Amino acid sequence: MPWLGRSSIAAVGVIAAFSLAALPVSGQARAYRAPRTADGKPNLNGIYQAITEAYWDIEAHSAAPGQIFELGASNAVMGGLGIVDGPLPYKPEALAKKKENYAHRITLDPEVKCYLPGTPRGMYMPYPFQIIQTPTYIMIVSSYARAVRTIYMTDHKEAPADSWMGWSNGHWEGDTLVVDTTGFNDQSWFDRAGNFHSDQLHVVERITATDADHLSYDATIEDPQTFTRPWKISLPVYRRVEKNAQLLEFNCVPFVEDLIYGHLRKPPSK
Amino acid sequence: MRHRFIAATALGGLLVALLLVAPMGAQTQGGRALSGAPTYKVPRTADGHPDFQGFWNNTTYTPLERPKGIDREFFTKEEVVEQMKRAANEEAEQTTPGTVADVHYDFTQFGLDRSQAPLALNLRTSLIVDPPDGHLPPMTEEGKRLNAARAEARKRAGAITDAAQNQPLSVRCILMDRDGPPMLAGAYNNNYQIVQAPDTVMILVEMLHSPRIIPTNGRPALPASIRQIEGSSRGRWDGDTLVIETTNFTDMFMFAFQGASADMKLTERFTRTSDDTLTYRFTVDDPKTWTRSWTAEVPWKKAIGPIFEHACHEGNYSLTNLLRGAREDEKRAREAKPASK
Repeated sequence: MPWLGRSSIAAVGVIAAFSLAALPVSGQARAYRAPRTADGKPNLNGIYQAITEAYWDIEAHSAAPGQIFELGASNAVMGGLGIVDGPLPYKPEALAKKKENYAHRITLDPEVKCYLPGTPRGMYMPYPFQIIQTPTYIMIVSSYARAVRTIYMTDHKEAPADSWMGWSNGHWEGDTLVVDTTGFNDQSWFDRAGNFHSDQLHVVERITATDADHLSYDATIEDPQTFTRPWKISLPVYRRVEKNAQLLEFNCVPFVEDLIYGHLRKPPSK
Repeated sequence: MRHRFIAATALGGLLVALLLVAPMGAQTQGGRALSGAPTYKVPRTADGHPDFQGFWNNTTYTPLERPKGIDREFFTKEEVVEQMKRAANEEAEQTTPGTVADVHYDFTQFGLDRSQAPLALNLRTSLIVDPPDGHLPPMTEEGKRLNAARAEARKRAGAITDAAQNQPLSVRCILMDRDGPPMLAGAYNNNYQIVQAPDTVMILVEMLHSPRIIPTNGRPALPASIRQIEGSSRGRWDGDTLVIETTNFTDMFMFAFQGASADMKLTERFTRTSDDTLTYRFTVDDPKTWTRSWTAEVPWKKAIGPIFEHACHEGNYSLTNLLRGAREDEKRAREAKPASK
């Protein structure tokens, strides 16, 4: 990772420059200037992972027993402060569906079946993801289910078809990568607690490097069919700093075949 | 009628394209200029490596092994054009009602068949270039035992419709030919996108949305204890060629690439031989399975994007219906049988 070295040098320079002026004035940590790619954009290439309990429930929630009795504490729900700005503004009928989802989460959660995670869920599941950045395409690949997002940086177009991960058009606003995603199906969830959306989902993400090893991740979620108003997700994302960090294969389809198709297996002959 | 019209139009386009491409294809047959100095100057990325970025398609009519009765390495251009015309016509024909092909979607109607795909002209009589006879080398005794054991496991597991796990990996949306590695075309949707960032080449395979992330910074291979369906790939630049070595394959299924063992070492080489051609050559080293290594070569043709999300597993109704149909058949058979006592 030779550019990590450069980023440290750049960081020293930035700290030197801003400790004199910007930091005391603004009081913001956003003074960081990320190392650059060849085309002069912040270099976001790398492997990252969220460290949050929000994959259980993006809203504030208490610890709770797990769904699988035999797994005891190892599958219990970690309490979490949530990554959203208050209770989700569900429409009444949507709130009823969320509660239904929660009650039947063990059979309804798409994660249980190794289905694609959707966006933004793929960004804060407990799996690493890799950003591969070029001037025209920025790819975000999660190790979970090999989920791939292509962010079109130049060839912006309307989503040509609905999909799990959505169709993403991106642009830079200063040092912030802004990603506008539409074209979702209504199948993915936000978490394991049954929080869901319709195919009207519209996600606008803002991703900014705040220092050499952290990104701030903010997303505005809009879905007039499900929610009464837009709401926001906000969390830091951490670089996997291990020298040998890499995405390992998590092709989970073979892990769920008995679960999904087991009832259709030929019974043993008597 | 509609199918035939589409096919005829596509075929016209194909032949025009072939006539334009053929002279260049012949000159650079096999990824190297036949006469003297290289004729093509490859574009470069900002960090100075050959630029392979864009959309590609590896559709081919050429079989892996040389067909029986052919003892030449190359066909003539006229022969290949004739073969492609014939194959395109066959693909365009209406399927026979009641056959499996008829219940599957019609490739031609959806523009998926090979005659409508970007297609690089290939004069070779087989994809295998080494051994020179165009055939897989003989299997070792150990390779025969391994594959006999796999066949035995499949037999023990019962009929192909007895359980999801008895079906091939492609039907189960776990791995397809296009994913490999090695990456070989299927009957349709042989689309790829290559993206290059510093120290990383990514090959996105549309089929199964499979992202191959290949570090090119000298990172060591995974420890031998880690086994993956698509192995562990490491890349390096050898002049203008991207060389990818892949090891750490798994033997967790009853199926394997051409009968290879999990200890297969695969070496893939990508060379851009013209603006619209990537030459893909791979060598299989697997002394457990074959008496010698073997090499195949396929030209990849520049294609038009984008790559779509191929959520195969999420929409795998076919596997459910196939198993449910078999159970239903069994039930009807039981009910039809008069109670015997």
